[in-house]
Amino acid sequence: MAKRKPPEINSSSMADIAFMLLIFFLVATTMDIDSGISRKLPPLPEDQQENNDKIKERNVFVVLINKNNQLLVENEPTNIKFLKDKAKEFIANPRNLDNLPEKKETVVPFFGKYMVSKGIISLQNDRGTAYGTYIEVQNALAKAYNELRDDLALSKFGKKFKDLTTDKRKAVQKIYPQRISEAEPKNIGG
Amino acid sequence: MSKFKRKGKGDMPAISTASLPDIVFMLLFFFMVTTVMRDSTLKIIVHVPEATEVKKLERKSLVSFIYVGSPKENLVPIYGTEPRIQLNDKFAKVSDIQDYISAERDARDEKEIPFMTTSLKVDEYTKMGIITDIKQELRKCNALKINYSTRKGEKTNN
Repeated sequence: MAKRKPPEINSSSMADIAFMLLIFFLVATTMDIDSGISRKLPPLPEDQQENNDKIKERNVFVVLINKNNQLLVENEPTNIKFLKDKAKEFIANPRNLDNLPEKKETVVPFFGKYMVSKGIISLQNDRGTAYGTYIEVQNALAKAYNELRDDLALSKFGKKFKDLTTDKRKAVQKIYPQRISEAEPKNIGG
Repeated sequence: MSKFKRKGKGDMPAISTASLPDIVFMLLFFFMVTTVMRDSTLKIIVHVPEATEVKKLERKSLVSFIYVGSPKENLVPIYGTEPRIQLNDKFAKVSDIQDYISAERDARDEKEIPFMTTSLKVDEYTKMGIITDIKQELRKCNALKINYSTRKGEKTNN
């Protein structure tokens, strides 16, 4: 009797099957990069009320949003389009005006002595404010800070803020620290 | 002599494709491992707002999500249209957030807890009241790093 070899299974279609699975996973994979505006919440207050009183009125940039999504910036109704420029002017205080924040001489690496503004942005919203508007305001304020940092980084180092080394970035951050404070929730009405 | 001649002659040997499945499987396993399946089915409609100053969310394994939005159309008869909070797979109340955060913390390594972020995926048209409540709850359980999930968009032209 002739020895019969068992027939080999043709495995050439294995690649096709694997490819099919591969393509399924390639298509089904969502490489969605989650992105968003990062914020840090303040810890719950523990009787630090007296601390708040020390901040002078000229150092605070008050942004109120009512339930109709209207903005009141420093007691003036404002369109959101102008919020960024107002915030920029407030933070930088380029002409050292009396009604804009004080500056304090601080030693910053790379810059030496620099007049750092003490400005704080205070954001208050009503319970009826739409989330979209709130994010728009947060975005405009973040943009104000980012543009100021970019300007400073470009004039000093000739690079954009995000391209700087960590040390330099920290120095720029020290000059323009992002200080956005959100008031304890309360109904400010509309 | 003739040995060499014979070698030079003949057709090019076909490249063996026997290892092709292995290569493809390797790729397949890579994608299978890296794919993050959506861990919760959304019962609500979330259309996050657009923003320009966005930061990428790093260390996805350390992120816990809180979804807020109106229930999907097929659930409207049961739950109404009022925006609701969704944690994991089910609707939740504001008071459930603390439990959710502590459950998320238990699932992680102890030294990773300070780096944990809470991502708020909130629909554009939700009112801030519910979000303020969520933020207060998060402050109560000391989960202070938050991220307002947004799409990167050009719409905001300020």
